Amino acid sequence: MTASQIQKLSQAAPADAVGYGPLVAGLALAALALTILSTVIGYAPLDIGRALSDFLHGVRSLPALVLIELRLPRALLGCFVGFSLGITGAAMQGLLRNPLAEPGVIGISGAAALGAVIVFYYGLAGVLALALPLGGIVGAMLAAVLLYGLVGRGAGTMTLILAGVAINAFAGAMTSLALNLAPNPYAALEIVFWLMGSLVDRSLPQVWLVLPLMAVGWALLLSSGAALDGLTLGEDSAQSLGFDLSTLRLKLIAGSALAVGSAVAVTGAIGFVGLVVPHVLRPFVGARPGRLMLVSGFGGAVLLLAADIGVRLLPIHPELNLGVVTALIGAPFLFSLIYRLRTEA
Amino acid sequence: MQIRAEKLTVRFGAATILDRVGLDLRPGEVVGLIGPNGAGKTTLLRVLADLVSASAGEVRYDGKPRGELGRAALARRLSFLAQGGEVYWPLRVDHIVALGRLPHRQPFAGMNANDHAAIERAMIAADIKHLRHRTSATLSGGERMRVLLARALAVESEMLLADEPVAALDPLHQLRIMELLQSTGRKGAGVVVVLHDLTLATRFCDRIVLLAGGRILLDGAPSELTDDLIADAYGVAAFRGEHAGQPFVLPWAPLGPKLRRNDNRGEPN
Repeated sequence: MTASQIQKLSQAAPADAVGYGPLVAGLALAALALTILSTVIGYAPLDIGRALSDFLHGVRSLPALVLIELRLPRALLGCFVGFSLGITGAAMQGLLRNPLAEPGVIGISGAAALGAVIVFYYGLAGVLALALPLGGIVGAMLAAVLLYGLVGRGAGTMTLILAGVAINAFAGAMTSLALNLAPNPYAALEIVFWLMGSLVDRSLPQVWLVLPLMAVGWALLLSSGAALDGLTLGEDSAQSLGFDLSTLRLKLIAGSALAVGSAVAVTGAIGFVGLVVPHVLRPFVGARPGRLMLVSGFGGAVLLLAADIGVRLLPIHPELNLGVVTALIGAPFLFSLIYRLRTEA
Repeated sequence: MQIRAEKLTVRFGAATILDRVGLDLRPGEVVGLIGPNGAGKTTLLRVLADLVSASAGEVRYDGKPRGELGRAALARRLSFLAQGGEVYWPLRVDHIVALGRLPHRQPFAGMNANDHAAIERAMIAADIKHLRHRTSATLSGGERMRVLLARALAVESEMLLADEPVAALDPLHQLRIMELLQSTGRKGAGVVVVLHDLTLATRFCDRIVLLAGGRILLDGAPSELTDDLIADAYGVAAFRGEHAGQPFVLPWAPLGPKLRRNDNRGEPN
């Protein structure tokens, strides 16, 4: 893709109509508000005041349990996973200088999903409560190590993309194989549903397991902002501005593996958030890749929480899987991108 | 800053791009790096900017090897203007110029008064202040090159390496950019500019380095660029003239194959 095509795809940037500070603050507040709203909305009526007061007084009442065991993990994961998808999508688009890049492009998500599928396949999910996310995290880390090996040997961005394609293809094939050889139809069904991505029935221990990993990932990604700004002018210019590109690639691989790998490990694959959110927010930060990351993080949280609240408000049962909903929103968006590229070319 | 390259050799696979090239660069001097396609000009510039490592030989910055200087320190002292002038996102012009201040900024810190002043000076020098709120997507080729040159000037480095900054520009913009590079040299910075236009090179540069087939054929004053050297390097006959007391060189007609010694067409650049 040429630079001019990228410019067309990524829209002319309005001159920072909203300041960066107010934009970050606004999106962060929206994410916080939706996280709270997400604990209030559910299928069964819940007296939040009573649930909260019971919980604070150590009373294990039904409302307190519903709030803490069901609603809170779902809301928190919606926020953190959305943040991870948004920030990693922005980082990958910045690294590859391509508005069609998304968190899964280097194969981390596929590998994380495969790790979880293997746990399902061997029936370990029922044996150990945290086996599923741990399997996903191991899958993501193995993919990261493989990519690290390649980049450590001086491979460039193109090699990174090709390696991502290879990892995704391998993970996809192995996932299909697991479905193919599933011991019983229920196991296969369980895998298929999990792969669709959802925030339902996750637990607080799962949240505490992945949150520190995600936070380290976010920090690694955010610390690469200046280098991604420099990359706007190409690899030679970025390097001449003092940024070591191998270090940058390693930081972004590690950051994505920690942020998105652990997100996929608990929620399954939720597509399109990491593609759509940076694209929508890019004009508001003057297309600067460094600034796009934090706003895309909060934007991702807002989108995922809104979609998750949406599926609970829709009168459709059984509830739609979140990955299905985000893809239903994302696919038309992608078509509009292609349409714009074709009409402006 | 002084840069001294000694016996630089660069090989890509079986091809030798640079063959034991030696070069001294001094502050306040505008050096025109010329030579036919595939001569190794871009590779030499990239080695000098530490963007690619030499297979043999070394580059010293003020007598120090690059390892002693550090990438961040080098970035503050040497700026590089890449060939092609691509801008991958539709950034605003003043934001593009501000990228030149990245080597001077602390992690996560915003820009200080020095940075703003340097950006302002660079935009005035490149005459792009009126474009500051436009986005890169809306600029013409000449405007974009001036913006990118302003970005390189905003580093306020002691050495500026520019790879074909006037390629594909109309005569007015070519002259403006050359004047700008010349005035950058007059202010004390060292400038190396890769050029294909022999007329501009001989007119605006203090020194000419003629590269052909990975070797230096000439390192001297523009007046030393003889017809024989031009014939050797490019395989063309040149027309010479003088205007307002200033000599100029104009490539005029291709020579027959027998008269060419260094036919380098087809080699990588």
